[in-house]
Amino acid sequence: MAAKKRYAMVIDTKLCIGCGDCVVACKMENEVPEGFCRDWIVESVTGVFPNLHMEYRSERCNHCSNPPCVHACPTGASFVDDESNITLVDPDMCTGCKACIAACPYDARYVRPEGYVSKCTFCIHRVREGLDPACVASCPTHCMHFGDLNDPESNVSKLLESRPFKVLAPEAGTEPNVYYLI
Amino acid sequence: MWGNSCQGLGVEALQSGSGNAFKWAGRDLIISRPECAPPFGIGEAFPECTIQPYLETDMSVNRREFIKIGALGLGSMSLAPKVFEWGPSAAKTFPVQPGDVVTRAPTYCEICFWKCAGWAYTKNGRPWKIIGHDEDLHSHGRLCTRGSSGLGLYNDPDRLQRPLIRVEKDGRQTFKEVSWDEALGFIAERLQALKETHGPESLAMFSHGNGAVHWKTLVKAFGANCIAAPSFAQCRGPRAAGFYLTYGETVGSPERTDIENSRCLVLIGSHIGENLHNGQVQEMSKALDRGTEVIVVDPRFSVAASKARHWLPIKPATDVALLLAWINVILEEDLYDRDYVARYTVGLDKLKEAVRENTPEWAYPITSIQPEVIRETARLMALHAPATLVHPGRHVTWYGDDTQRSRAIAILNALLGSWGRKGGFYLPQSAHVPAYPHPPFPKPAWSPCDFTRALYPWALSPVASHVRDMTLDPPDPEKQIKAWLVYGSNLIYSLPQPEKTIAAVQKLDLMIAVDILPSEITGWADVVLPECTYLERYDDIRTSPGRVPQIAVRTPAFEPAYDTKPSAWMVKKLAGMMGLDDYFPWADMEEYLDHRLQQVGSSLEEMHELGVKTLPSLGPNYFQPGEEVTFNTPSGKIELYSQQMADAGFDPIPRYTPHAEPPDGFYRLLQGRSPFHTFSRTTNSPIFTELMPENELWINPQVAADWGLKAGQYVKMQNQDGKTSQFPIRTRITERIRPDCVYMVHGFGHSDPRLKRGFGRGADDNEMCTTVKIDPLMGGTGRRSNFVTFITEGV
Repeated sequence: MAAKKRYAMVIDTKLCIGCGDCVVACKMENEVPEGFCRDWIVESVTGVFPNLHMEYRSERCNHCSNPPCVHACPTGASFVDDESNITLVDPDMCTGCKACIAACPYDARYVRPEGYVSKCTFCIHRVREGLDPACVASCPTHCMHFGDLNDPESNVSKLLESRPFKVLAPEAGTEPNVYYLI
Repeated sequence: MWGNSCQGLGVEALQSGSGNAFKWAGRDLIISRPECAPPFGIGEAFPECTIQPYLETDMSVNRREFIKIGALGLGSMSLAPKVFEWGPSAAKTFPVQPGDVVTRAPTYCEICFWKCAGWAYTKNGRPWKIIGHDEDLHSHGRLCTRGSSGLGLYNDPDRLQRPLIRVEKDGRQTFKEVSWDEALGFIAERLQALKETHGPESLAMFSHGNGAVHWKTLVKAFGANCIAAPSFAQCRGPRAAGFYLTYGETVGSPERTDIENSRCLVLIGSHIGENLHNGQVQEMSKALDRGTEVIVVDPRFSVAASKARHWLPIKPATDVALLLAWINVILEEDLYDRDYVARYTVGLDKLKEAVRENTPEWAYPITSIQPEVIRETARLMALHAPATLVHPGRHVTWYGDDTQRSRAIAILNALLGSWGRKGGFYLPQSAHVPAYPHPPFPKPAWSPCDFTRALYPWALSPVASHVRDMTLDPPDPEKQIKAWLVYGSNLIYSLPQPEKTIAAVQKLDLMIAVDILPSEITGWADVVLPECTYLERYDDIRTSPGRVPQIAVRTPAFEPAYDTKPSAWMVKKLAGMMGLDDYFPWADMEEYLDHRLQQVGSSLEEMHELGVKTLPSLGPNYFQPGEEVTFNTPSGKIELYSQQMADAGFDPIPRYTPHAEPPDGFYRLLQGRSPFHTFSRTTNSPIFTELMPENELWINPQVAADWGLKAGQYVKMQNQDGKTSQFPIRTRITERIRPDCVYMVHGFGHSDPRLKRGFGRGADDNEMCTTVKIDPLMGGTGRRSNFVTFITEGV
């Protein structure tokens, strides 16, 4: 059996322009219903004119190594795929109780019109075929990187080794797997 | 900004009772469409909706590649308890299931003019997604936000569905749905009458987009040649004229900018990243990653400015002063490329003399940019030259002296030696694909364009706004424009002073609109022809210039929805009715394309497989060291000093002219682009409107404090001429803009209720631009000399 993966996304905020292509690519690929999104853009501006700094972040489920959504789920619908470390929801087991939504510090989940919870899957259907998630594959700035952190030779491992980075809400103790190069 | 707690991404219809605001004597704007209610409402989610059953596609005809998704994973996955399995449950989570039939068809995008090549996918016979083509030089396999959302146009429930003819009913004008035979027969008959009464020259065409090709042929076969596109005099025309006057060539589209190899990139009001010109965005990102020095001149902290090491928040309308100061520093400090300037240019001494007084200290009080910043940035440009690119911009119709500003940019690049050099402007190559042969066109006895050229000597293309003005007020009573054919260009939003456009339409005998959506201009037409989207048709071969020649094809990925048709079908049928068959000797687009492709060693069959094909390079992309080059200018050199401009009575070297300043309590109105929209043509799309449902008015916090404005509150704008915006606009209080100007994204505030999502969402910048500064060199319409104040009461 192949070694277990720890898939992660590394996003370079120095290059992200907040164009939202990742949002649309995801919506199209995953047929996300109107009014919902699995990823989104945050624009953060600091300073006073003309001394300003701006950062764009493409945000989504952090596929945490310590996922509060999974711990909170009463039915076992939310789970971590053992092979890939990707957090998923089994629609047939989900009752739509929203405990996971309350537990997620990243606001990454939503209830689909059909009544079950949905969110970013890191495009596991593409990853299994050796492709990047749709958002990564579409980004015109090439600011998004996807790979296996258990592999020290992967592009994501190397980027985290060579560049300063941050994660979102580290104080939540979730051990997120989406990293932002700063 | 968008997390899932803001699930109000959906569109809320704005209440407004102004449905009949556009009443006009004579010709009414038709906004009701009683006979054709949309098949489903706004509230319904689009993946579930059925628009119109698209027909089963005959794969043997379209030769699309079948991609059979096999029993993916079923056998190969280990069945550890916590590993997810494909199965009925997964069907609800994953978009592709074992047994799904996925097909793809090559296309190139029509959501903007960049025309990126991609693949349109269907899943089980239904449209799924569009992704970029890996071999495409415009997109490198990655479509932009708008290209990725192309299905939004296809899925737009407000699309035109059937041909419409204006009729009188119970004393009111309305549109009647008619058959194609009736609509085209009506046009053929009216054009024949036009020919007899006013001559064929009285037909003018406005166009935007690749689908217009056959319409243009029809217009020329009919005996007219006035074919104007707002993309010239309302957009990039000054740049074309400025560079043509300097280098004898234009920068083209996609621009020949070698950003990928630039070591210093200078952007002047060009907000790459917000304008999502795909190839440039990708190249800028590569350049940033390499640590390229980026200098951004913009009154707004644009996205590009946020990535740049040097942001020069210039006072708006003073760019020429900054450019002259940069030229001054480069000349005074002897930083220019001496060999290049000596070898290739003419007029250095006169230039030196002309800019002697334009020191950074002179420019400081004008531009508000400190002298040391001007010097430092000029030295940086020289340090990295010739791999320094002072970008020519694209939408450059600002203040009426825009050709001169473009000239200054062109001259600065010449001093840095960047034209024809790596990291500057490369030498582009285009595929030459011979035309499908047809008889020579009749020679028109006169052309409205003759009047334009007499007025604006460097109008390199017809001036759409001038064609409109000549329709309204003919320069010669014997030579009147009496019919318009408007293809894919919403003139109400793309031409300045929309009331003039509406008044001009009143003078027409015939107004034909070909469009996909019921854009505002269609409401003024006598006959409306509903075209299918770019995803449902063949179009002509893409041969745009690049570093190597490349061709790309657009093929139908889906059957046309409703009763819409491709332009090629409409034109061929109409030509038959008008006795102009000879100009369209092909049976259909498949034969037309195959014939053309055969001449470059390809075929339609091959291009269905390939999508894009790169042809052999025609030569180097840069001048060779010491190469002798003859430029297409009167002197054969790059003209720092332009004798032909002097001869025509214009400044031979650009000069700074002060522009009008905002009155007290008013702010200069600046317009720009968003990565989520193209002009006014996407602001009704179900997908685009989710991303950005309305535009906002950017206001500096100091100004907001003066006016007591709150973030996100709706205000109306009123301009210096007392014009009030039809719809309110939300405020965006932000440090990202100077206090002497406000900014909004163009294309919003649709006034036609047939556009259900776009109607009344945000405001239209165009209606606020009652003052238009005409560029005397090429007829461009500068719109940035308009100033607005805020109306907060009764909004």
